[in-house]
Amino acid sequence: MLVLALDTSTPAVTAGLVRDGVLLAERVAEDGRKHGELLMPGVQAACAEAGVRLAELDAVVVGAGPGPFTGLRVGMVTAAALGDALGVPVHGVCSLDAIAQAVVSGGALTGNLLVATDARRREVYWAAYEAEGARLTGLTVERPEAVAERIGGLHVVAAAGTMVEGFGLPVLGPATPTPLGLVAAAALHTVPGPLEPLYLRRPDAVPPGERKKVAP
Amino acid sequence: MIVLGIETSCDETGVGIVRMSAAGVPELLANEIASSVEEHARFGGVVPEVASRAHLQAMVPAVHRAFETAGLTGPDVDAVAVTAGPGLAGALLVGVAAAKAYAAAWDVPLYGVNHLAAHVAVDTVQHWPLPPALALLVSGGHSSLLAVPDLAGPVTPLGATIDDAAGEAFDKVARLLGLPFPGGPWIDKAARDGDPAAIHFPRGLTGPRDAPFDFSFSGLKTAVARHVEALERAGTQVPVADVAASFQEAVTDVLTRKTVKAAREFGMDTVLLGGGVAANSRLRALAEERCTAAGLRLRVPRPGLCTDNGAMVAALGAHLVHVGATPSDLEIPANSSMPVTEVLV
Ligand SMILES: [Zn+2]
Repeated sequence: MLVLALDTSTPAVTAGLVRDGVLLAERVAEDGRKHGELLMPGVQAACAEAGVRLAELDAVVVGAGPGPFTGLRVGMVTAAALGDALGVPVHGVCSLDAIAQAVVSGGALTGNLLVATDARRREVYWAAYEAEGARLTGLTVERPEAVAERIGGLHVVAAAGTMVEGFGLPVLGPATPTPLGLVAAAALHTVPGPLEPLYLRRPDAVPPGERKKVAP
Repeated sequence: MIVLGIETSCDETGVGIVRMSAAGVPELLANEIASSVEEHARFGGVVPEVASRAHLQAMVPAVHRAFETAGLTGPDVDAVAVTAGPGLAGALLVGVAAAKAYAAAWDVPLYGVNHLAAHVAVDTVQHWPLPPALALLVSGGHSSLLAVPDLAGPVTPLGATIDDAAGEAFDKVARLLGLPFPGGPWIDKAARDGDPAAIHFPRGLTGPRDAPFDFSFSGLKTAVARHVEALERAGTQVPVADVAASFQEAVTDVLTRKTVKAAREFGMDTVLLGGGVAANSRLRALAEERCTAAGLRLRVPRPGLCTDNGAMVAALGAHLVHVGATPSDLEIPANSSMPVTEVLV
């Protein structure tokens, strides 16, 4: 089974091809403001390296966040359009789950894991996982201080993600979702549900108040 | 040759399909629009994040509907065109990313095009061919006078708004009058029962030393606000129909006056209207009247083609393919401030 895995929930613009659990090729570009420019060229470069054509794909897996919205949507809509055009299923997975899966498969994890990524505005997206990769708690968007208070009770022994400083935990990699982690987080043999981004925040918009007078 | 066009520069997710004959005559096969306008209404204006979220949800279903309407499938498509700018950055990005993915998956060329040039190009699906034209594009996001000698060639910007877009002025005045968002259709409706000469509102930038082809609607909006507030302070009921009609007259008077003047000065004998405000009945009537008097031919696409849509993008894309323009590469950015001189990235 040939799977294209994409993630744009962090500054790492990630595209990789995975066949039956084996990574064939990947492209990771680090530029948090150029997801739209970098993703499809990355997909094509990975395909060229792996010697496969998009038409051969059996499924697409995409990190559905949480992550900064503008970049996140690039991966989501790219996956949706590719899946639609190629007539293959698109599996949206939690991007933090994908990081956790990659850490678990690394084999160095001995207990529960904290995964935290940058939510901007001095907050982090985070979740905690059991050593086997099952999510214990989250998804949540909070200030790191609030997370630090919570993790004592969660028995985490390590942290992974882009925002792991200051928790006093040993850091395990990878910091961003990998193609293998994304594929491991997906239930490839089930029919995927609707593709929904994990925003965790409402849009910043307030209905206007009383009209301001122009004359004093 | 079949071109799929994708438009997401503001709050409409548009997908259009155009078939181009060997002779270069475009035929519109589908023009599907999903609008998030109702989600913005309570905010009194388009909220970019709300629009971007809606584009993501609406994109694939809109493509499906377009294929259904056209009776085609993905493999029939020969090229994908998309609005690369100008517009709301995050909103554009959704359409551009989708277009790249479709183009790559179908293995067809991609054309990242200019939204304003697409507003002009859409006229060809209704009134082909388009002679050299002076275009007035007016909407909630833009107010521009453009000289368009050729659809695929460079567009010359002659003037633009220096403050509010024309459509924005309609929205703000509608709000002053207690009318819903978006304001254009409501002002138009209210104005039908009003006297356009009841109040003389200022005509922005029409003095002898003002930029001849630029627009300004901010002063007009403030004048309307002052007028309404003065009535409210005096405890007088605001004559909504008269205010709406007088405001609309001021806007359309300036727009049409400058358009006709520009057409004469730049030797264009065809005038084209586009953008959401081109649906305004008074603008259409006054433009018709003044163009006829000046010996100019007026072309106004039907209202569904004037507002933002995918057909306009497909139409421009089809034209670019027809004249052999070089396709865009998959690294093109969404450019929120793309200059109108750039028709294709
Ligand atoms: Zn427009």
